[in-house]
Amino acid sequence: MRDKLLNIIEKNSRIGLKELALTLNCDEIKVANELQKLEEEGIICGYHTLINWEKTDIEKVTALIEVKVTPQRGQGFDRIASRIYNYPEVRDVYLISGGFDLLVTLEEKSLKEIAQFVSEKLSTLDSILSTGTHFILKKYKDHGTIVDEKIEDEREVVSP
Amino acid sequence: MTKPLSKVVEGLKPSGIRKFFDIVSEMKDAISLGVGEPDFDTPWHIRDEGIYALERGKTFYTSNAGLKELRKEICNYLKRQNNLEYNPMDEVLVTVGGSEAIDIGLRAIVNTGDEVIIPQPAYVSYEPCTLLAGATPVIIDLKLENCFRLTADELKSAITEKTKVLVLPFPNNPTGAIMEKSDLEAIAKVCIENDIYVLSDEIYSALTYKGKHVSIAQIDGMKERTVLINGFSKAYAMTGWRLGYACGPKEIIKQMTKIHQFAIMCAPTTSQYAAIEALRNGDADVEEMRDAYNARRRYLLSAFKEMKLECFEPYGAFYVFPSIKEFNMSSEEFATRFLHEEKVAAVPGNAFGKSGEGFLRISYAYSMDNLMLAMERLSSFVNKLRNEQ
Repeated sequence: MRDKLLNIIEKNSRIGLKELALTLNCDEIKVANELQKLEEEGIICGYHTLINWEKTDIEKVTALIEVKVTPQRGQGFDRIASRIYNYPEVRDVYLISGGFDLLVTLEEKSLKEIAQFVSEKLSTLDSILSTGTHFILKKYKDHGTIVDEKIEDEREVVSP
Repeated sequence: MTKPLSKVVEGLKPSGIRKFFDIVSEMKDAISLGVGEPDFDTPWHIRDEGIYALERGKTFYTSNAGLKELRKEICNYLKRQNNLEYNPMDEVLVTVGGSEAIDIGLRAIVNTGDEVIIPQPAYVSYEPCTLLAGATPVIIDLKLENCFRLTADELKSAITEKTKVLVLPFPNNPTGAIMEKSDLEAIAKVCIENDIYVLSDEIYSALTYKGKHVSIAQIDGMKERTVLINGFSKAYAMTGWRLGYACGPKEIIKQMTKIHQFAIMCAPTTSQYAAIEALRNGDADVEEMRDAYNARRRYLLSAFKEMKLECFEPYGAFYVFPSIKEFNMSSEEFATRFLHEEKVAAVPGNAFGKSGEGFLRISYAYSMDNLMLAMERLSSFVNKLRNEQ
């Protein structure tokens, strides 16, 4: 039940208890208890909304920043990662295998703000060797959702 | 031109669903519960194989019976699902949807004057296909008290010395009824005793909610007299690809292949390549869709229970078939009023045969949101009618 429940609410966190119970074929109380447990155990860490900002008047610039660092003795990458993720403007921080170490994503109002963050905050941290900033030009798919997909019932009325 | 056209064709009644849908299509803001095809898109990896086939220039006819690779996969699938063994070389024919297989299956088996037994309520094409094949349809009116399953007694009483074929449409459209192994064993016994062929339309076999689907061909002594019909439309949400198949004794498949060869040539090539992918790697997609249908099915049944609308529990396809007999009106009248007063379209049961009178076919090939909204409206409609009485 737990696996299925997580799979469902990962795609739709606003799904109602009733629908969840029907899908999982058990009663609503059981589902509610399981959800609470998942939250308490920190397996469910939050509920977010997927917004297509391009359709609003609000300017948003998203950047992906590749960061190369020197891992620190005894703490590996964790300490430098925490130095980065504690900035509220940082959205995601991942430790990555391959050509660089950390992938940082940032969402800001303008290019200038991102540039400022990279040059003044990120690059000046100790043990950061280099950064490479990529700006997102267009979002096609986000969190498994195709951004501009039209959902329309195209089924024709046919007989028989 | 003054010479009369074909008497048989002119004599065919237009489909009852058509008339109703003509009204629905005029009402733009109506919620429909009427469509009998999956609301899911064909899974991407299957579509991708179709595209890839086109890219590779696979744009020629295939052999009449269908791609050998596809026929092999069909046999693997039936072995996996039903432990049925067919020879891909001469016991499988790939058709343009299950509907072609119904047509040519009947035409290959019957002679003029033979009788074809058709249990109803059922999909609307068995009767016209029988008539077009020159045979006579004999209708069995299935009963709610048997959960719309076919019983051996009902079958026996429909048999005459002219009986040639039994059409077995389970899991059933429109009722959602299934036949379990013990039900099929009883039917099989009668078929064997009376030397009757069976045309088993199992297009909804992947969508059952009470154990795995059982085919009548699995029962001892039945495989040699059964034409098993299935396809990709319902299981893999591939209605527009037009692809189905028939499996059966090589003597029958040989004759069916002749008709197919002259009338159709071969099923669409692109679709056949996509179907290979569906059979090889589509099991998980089917399961995911089945789970979604099942949740909706449970929801509808619980909603009917709440509004005290009588409905037997269907275990197959994606239809529920509630009774509206308490309102003392025909199903057509009910459906028409429901459409005009609450703007919800559901198909009147009599469109699927006389025994469907007094019932409504509700398709749950719709999103849960859609269904919830429709059930709110049904509930208020039902209350209104009860107050009128």
